[in-house]
Amino acid sequence: MSLVTVQLGQCGNQIGREVFNAICSDVHGTHGLCSKKENESYHDACKERFFIEAESGVPVARAVLVDMEPKVISQTLSIAAKSGYWKYDDHSHFCQKQGSGNNWANGYTVHGPRHKEAIMNLVQKEAEKCDRLGGFFTIMSMAGGTGSGLGAFVTQCLRDAFPSSFILNHVIWPYGTGEVIVQNYNSVLTLSHLYQSSDALLVHENDVIHKICAQLMHMKQISFKDVNQVIAHQLGSVFQPTYTAEDGIHYSRNPLGDLMETLVPHPEFKMLGLRNIPQMPENSLAYSTFSWPGLIKHLRQMLIANAKMEEGIDWQVQPPRPGSSVPSSHSTNKLLHFNTSIANLVILRGKDTHSADLGSFRDPSLYTSWLNPQDAFSAWKTPRAFNKYEKSASLVSNSQFLLKPLDNVVRKAWNMFASKAYVHQYTKYGIEEEDFLDSFTALEQVISSYTIL
Amino acid sequence: MTQSVVVQVGQCGNQVGCRFWDLALREHAAVNKKGIYDEALSSFFRNVDTRSAGDGPGIYKGKICSLKARALLIDMEEGVVNEILQGPLRDVFDSKQLITDVSGSGNNWAVGHKVYGCQYQENIVEKLRKTAEHCDCLQCFFVIHSMGGGTGSGLGTFVLNLLEDEFPEVYRFVTAVYPSGEDDVITSPYNSVLAMKELNEHADCVLPIENESLFDIVNKIHQMMNSGKLGSTVKPNSLVTSSAGITKAVQEKPFDAMNNIVANLLLNLTSSARFEGSLNMDLNEISMNLVPFPRLHYLVSSLTPLYTLADVNVPSRRLDQMFSDAFSRDHQLIQADPKHSLYLACALLVRGNVQVSDLRRNIERLKPSLHFVSWNQEGWKTGLCSVPPVGHSHSLLALANNTCVKPTFMELRDRFMRLYKKKAKRCFLSQMNYVRCQQKR
Repeated sequence: MSLVTVQLGQCGNQIGREVFNAICSDVHGTHGLCSKKENESYHDACKERFFIEAESGVPVARAVLVDMEPKVISQTLSIAAKSGYWKYDDHSHFCQKQGSGNNWANGYTVHGPRHKEAIMNLVQKEAEKCDRLGGFFTIMSMAGGTGSGLGAFVTQCLRDAFPSSFILNHVIWPYGTGEVIVQNYNSVLTLSHLYQSSDALLVHENDVIHKICAQLMHMKQISFKDVNQVIAHQLGSVFQPTYTAEDGIHYSRNPLGDLMETLVPHPEFKMLGLRNIPQMPENSLAYSTFSWPGLIKHLRQMLIANAKMEEGIDWQVQPPRPGSSVPSSHSTNKLLHFNTSIANLVILRGKDTHSADLGSFRDPSLYTSWLNPQDAFSAWKTPRAFNKYEKSASLVSNSQFLLKPLDNVVRKAWNMFASKAYVHQYTKYGIEEEDFLDSFTALEQVISSYTIL
Repeated sequence: MTQSVVVQVGQCGNQVGCRFWDLALREHAAVNKKGIYDEALSSFFRNVDTRSAGDGPGIYKGKICSLKARALLIDMEEGVVNEILQGPLRDVFDSKQLITDVSGSGNNWAVGHKVYGCQYQENIVEKLRKTAEHCDCLQCFFVIHSMGGGTGSGLGTFVLNLLEDEFPEVYRFVTAVYPSGEDDVITSPYNSVLAMKELNEHADCVLPIENESLFDIVNKIHQMMNSGKLGSTVKPNSLVTSSAGITKAVQEKPFDAMNNIVANLLLNLTSSARFEGSLNMDLNEISMNLVPFPRLHYLVSSLTPLYTLADVNVPSRRLDQMFSDAFSRDHQLIQADPKHSLYLACALLVRGNVQVSDLRRNIERLKPSLHFVSWNQEGWKTGLCSVPPVGHSHSLLALANNTCVKPTFMELRDRFMRLYKKKAKRCFLSQMNYVRCQQKR
């Protein structure tokens, strides 16, 4: 089954390009570390999922590029074509002249309806090129105007036009200290609208990735390209082909469906966080060795302690012991820091995955009581190494990972809204104060649902 | 890509505008090596085939034939405009873009606004329409004028009104030069206050500039160059005050250095809309992020660096110095100190080889010393443009919506009241309703 990627706005297009780059360079790399046959079926599965074979032999990405101003798309198209390994379809993009001005209302109420037909036509064409449509993967930022506002509208249109397809929104959480002044408004409006039409929201936070670049990858001067490449690596580690069944013979063909099935049991809980280890500068890879027990132990502790990356993990945090007596205030504190999960998915890539023991992830104390630990936890594996890492492990988690960031954004937005600052810019385009209040209410509901897990 | 039109009104407006076009050509010449008319050029210039008779049709792709500025030059006396048309920029403008008269406005806002406004209204609207028709997607009008005179402030604000009526969807950014305390035009407080009312109501964004600040910056550069310590190692083209083709300071006219600063301001403001970058900041984003309430649209601007040393090994400390300077009193284009007042919002537009980590590091470093309003504690808007200005490897434009504009406006009001109380020159307001005057207080 194939995935159609919809890249929205500057951020979406820049990241989308890096994602296809990462996937392509992984496939063409010589570090598969597995048999030729394995490599070939990996290659074929990946091709089917993300690319179309063109007459020229250069694979064409299954993607639709949307932006309200032309500079980024033309840059994206030309950089992709220059690589020689892959490119975008020359007609599969839509842009306008004037941008959305960081205004969610402009993206949602003006650009959305105005360009709905043109954009959906492009999406329809891409969908028809797929033998079997596996779903939609949209990439957007929350802070701007196009990605956020138009993105929310397009997601709604996708839901209306393809009611039985899976939609996964990849959402970029902006830096806490402002890239855009009205980013909190835009974020609140985006999240509340996406929650209604999307199946799940996979979140990457700029602050976190920036720290990874600085502390794990030892980069001195970090550019957005560096940040985007780390994000692309993490996404690739989730979406490249894997075996979902225990003794799989064929690569899984329905990645989005499997993801939703394992991770989103209830429509109130759609926020997914992503962790990937190890992450290090390329020139250190040759000197490092990894073991599955080590990686799994770290990943589990990252989950429990809500650590954003492999450094600075708090090893004191432990899951609550079952049958413990009424907790004293000390242990209540510990419980508050402990990250409760609804469902988790671990993906292992590389040598000897069959020897990796994931029993520690099936510990019932990690999860809420609704699902059996067997149902709450899934593992996907492949012996084929990913992107030069001999062993790598990823965790996609539906848990309280994003509770704090969400709470922060809503609080700051509310603070600004209380003084009515900037609201006139939104009412100008038809988003009234009631719409803001509805969005706040919806997100408060999500926050409280996640808090009482 | 969108287009912008520059409307320059009055002596000051036209002189600043002239410097702007000069520097814009220089910037595009440095970036556009192949002589192809591209989207970046089209934001301010039309490509015209002058061989055909009349107003040649615009050529949208291919080699550059003849560039015409998207501009409207308005002045009620001919001297300044004629000088421009006889100078090196004469081919950039054509006669259909000019509106001139003979006798001037006599430093009287009422004459500029009411008399010439009525008289030239149709003519102005027609020429604006023509210019707009040549644009694929017109995004913004840049209006440049002084506040103290008659034509600039009077007719300039009249044109602002017209722009709002005729083109309500297009942004109006006004670069207004405010009179200094020792201004020799006696009626300048009246003119300025009357013009302020118009700016309050009809402009989307106003960038106030004060001659005193420009003068101080020019002096600072001269002192630095003449002190002998660093003078010889400054790159010639890199002064924020230097003109495009002129090599000797003697040939420059007196206000040129100061006007070049304002021209550079406008170039930096539009750079992210014209050139690519990893985090684009368009003009509509400036208005969206920096104007929390409709009438609070006065933005204090500052440009750094003022010059580049020829030493190529620019350590990262210089970069941080650039950020610190942007918030210092000396670099602001009005007499104000934003560091000791309250910020409502702040935008940083960086050009050149600067990455997001540098930006973040400096914001973290400077944040503690700045006071932000309670509902916008992290009110930063940032933009990264890859193309640096001519002669620099990187530069920074800071726009702040800050309460430090208050003293400037209060002083203006005080000067107005002093004149008004004495009933000085009231006769010059004979064309106006006294009631309107009362409302200004």
